[in-house]
Amino acid sequence: MKLMWFHLMPYTELPEDFNRKHPSVWVDIHSSLFDPRRAHHMYNDFMDELEYAAELGYDAVCVNEHHSNGYGLMPSPNLIASSLARRTTDTALCVMGNSLALYNPPTRVAEEFAMIDCISGGRLIAGFPVGSPMDTCYAYGQNPSLLRERYLEAHDLVKKAWTEKDTFAFNGRYNQQRYVNIWPRPIQNDPHPPIWIPGGGSVETWRWCAEMDYVYCYLSYYGYKAGLATMQGFWNEMEKLGKDRNPYRAGFLQFVGVAESRQQALDLYSEPAEYFYGRCLHIDPKFATPPGYVTEATQRAGIQGMMQKAANVANPATKAALKATNMKDIVDGGYVLIGSPDEVVEQIRHVGTSLNVGHLMLLLQYGNMSKETTKYNTRLFAEKVMPRVKDLFGDWEDKWWPKPMAKSQRAAVPAFRPHVAAAE
Amino acid sequence: MSAPKTTTVDVNGFPCRVWTKGQGPKLGFLAGLGGLPRWLPFLDRLAETHTVIAPSLPGYPGATGHTELDTHLDWVLAVRQLVDKAGLAGADLVGASVGGAFAAEMAAIFPGHVRRLALIAPFGLFDDREPAADPWAQRKEVLPGLMCADGEKWNALVAPPDGANSVEWPIEMTRASEAAARAFWPLGNTGLHKRLGLIASPTLILWGDRDALLPPSYAQQFATRINGGINGGSRVELVADAGHLAYLDQPETVARAVLGHFR
Repeated sequence: MKLMWFHLMPYTELPEDFNRKHPSVWVDIHSSLFDPRRAHHMYNDFMDELEYAAELGYDAVCVNEHHSNGYGLMPSPNLIASSLARRTTDTALCVMGNSLALYNPPTRVAEEFAMIDCISGGRLIAGFPVGSPMDTCYAYGQNPSLLRERYLEAHDLVKKAWTEKDTFAFNGRYNQQRYVNIWPRPIQNDPHPPIWIPGGGSVETWRWCAEMDYVYCYLSYYGYKAGLATMQGFWNEMEKLGKDRNPYRAGFLQFVGVAESRQQALDLYSEPAEYFYGRCLHIDPKFATPPGYVTEATQRAGIQGMMQKAANVANPATKAALKATNMKDIVDGGYVLIGSPDEVVEQIRHVGTSLNVGHLMLLLQYGNMSKETTKYNTRLFAEKVMPRVKDLFGDWEDKWWPKPMAKSQRAAVPAFRPHVAAAE
Repeated sequence: MSAPKTTTVDVNGFPCRVWTKGQGPKLGFLAGLGGLPRWLPFLDRLAETHTVIAPSLPGYPGATGHTELDTHLDWVLAVRQLVDKAGLAGADLVGASVGGAFAAEMAAIFPGHVRRLALIAPFGLFDDREPAADPWAQRKEVLPGLMCADGEKWNALVAPPDGANSVEWPIEMTRASEAAARAFWPLGNTGLHKRLGLIASPTLILWGDRDALLPPSYAQQFATRINGGINGGSRVELVADAGHLAYLDQPETVARAVLGHFR
């Protein structure tokens, strides 16, 4: 099993009365809440944490893209990834990812990802999300009725830009470029860097991932209990399509808090978890469903699903129930998995096997968790949990992992010595 | 209310429903946000003296094909086909909200196609000093009050009729909203101000005085642009106690004003 360390980069100082005084953490969050001088420290702390995770042997560090968002300070994850490319050595760099329809032209993504792949010696995982409604349709003004088609076309363009050897003209419905010829080009060119697709639970996305042989990632904030139905749906669809159950076809996001004991974990992680599920997920529902963002097939499945659920016993994992903001419910719901190392090992093995997920993306920093606590959580997990869960899925080959240059051929990045640099 | 006659025309290979009712001179109606999920008292009133023909814009209830339309030119040409195939070329035309912007485009770009024009709070402009509200980012409980002065009028428009398919009905309502968004996202500004001066048809501009979506001050901006154009003659009437879809709030007043203009 691959254990990947994911950072959302939340603004850690949203006020206590945030939910009462402000309608939304996303899209129209007020600028007065953002203190750039405090953000200076947050960014540097977050990047320290990512580098720390890499040093401790996590398989990958992960960053993602959000816009106008109080819990995600990375409008450009590529900036962070390029810094990580210099300050890490063997860790995969998972950019999860670039919302393709937001780039004009989308070849920008092909170029920047190729840069990161070159700088890092071939360690890039290229994530291509459609992007949330808040990011794409509202913060970035994209037309929800055109978004998916633009996304799919941009994907075709980026992939072709990576793989086509000669300069070519791209005559798309939304993008037309006379001369496509990206420089630089990715190191991972057989045929291109691994492509992973973070998505919701739509059958269309699952089928597309299967057809393209991409990794499907379910990045829910609501943990393994709520995610079970989605991942079962994914695997059922893979079976229908005649695909094997290789767990590395899938990625899943899980919040974790490990400590010496369950009580200590509760003491340490309740505040940051409640900050995240309370303040960070305080999103104005008016931004949830721009018309056309959800395909009609998915709407249909959703409405039929709701009817079935209403007809059966109430399912605690329906969206309406996903509103817990106090630690007891957060833990009971499985959003955050906490405990002593032994307890966390047991739970992680359960998550991996029940969801059949080979790429586990861990959120070990969340909400307003301090750097000190984050490093503690990260280290304890690396030392006491990781070695006891790594063996999972050992029989399967991860065909979707980066293939970097041999270590001996990679550039030696000198240690950062600011005083020396200043003297020169 | 007796039911209108339903026919279907083809636009770019997709069916668009056309509702027809009444006798007398032809009068076309291009509906506003939400389209026409049901026949309306407003249209019945017009049908007393006119043959009312209400074609559904692509993606509106009874029609599909919005997914083929990528640019504003695509939309304008689709609406032109719709108007022609519904037999409305050269007839009087009423357009409201989203349909109003297209009715204005028809009169501006294809002058022979519109005899007299009535616009009810048309889309197409955006004024930074008085920004229009966002119809596609509203909480469920707020939306009805943005569409009509009396929110219940909106609720009645979109409520599933007896026997409606409980899965398909909400999808059809969302599709109507998507179609409007596809044409007018994000601000409703299609650059129509550049073309209003081309409108030669006598134009009546009606605006609900309680329009919470498009400020009533936009009415004068339309009038100024049209009157400053090639042959424009337009006049503005505010409709008392009416919101954005004034023909739902005040069907009698709006119908009377339209019929007076088309007399």
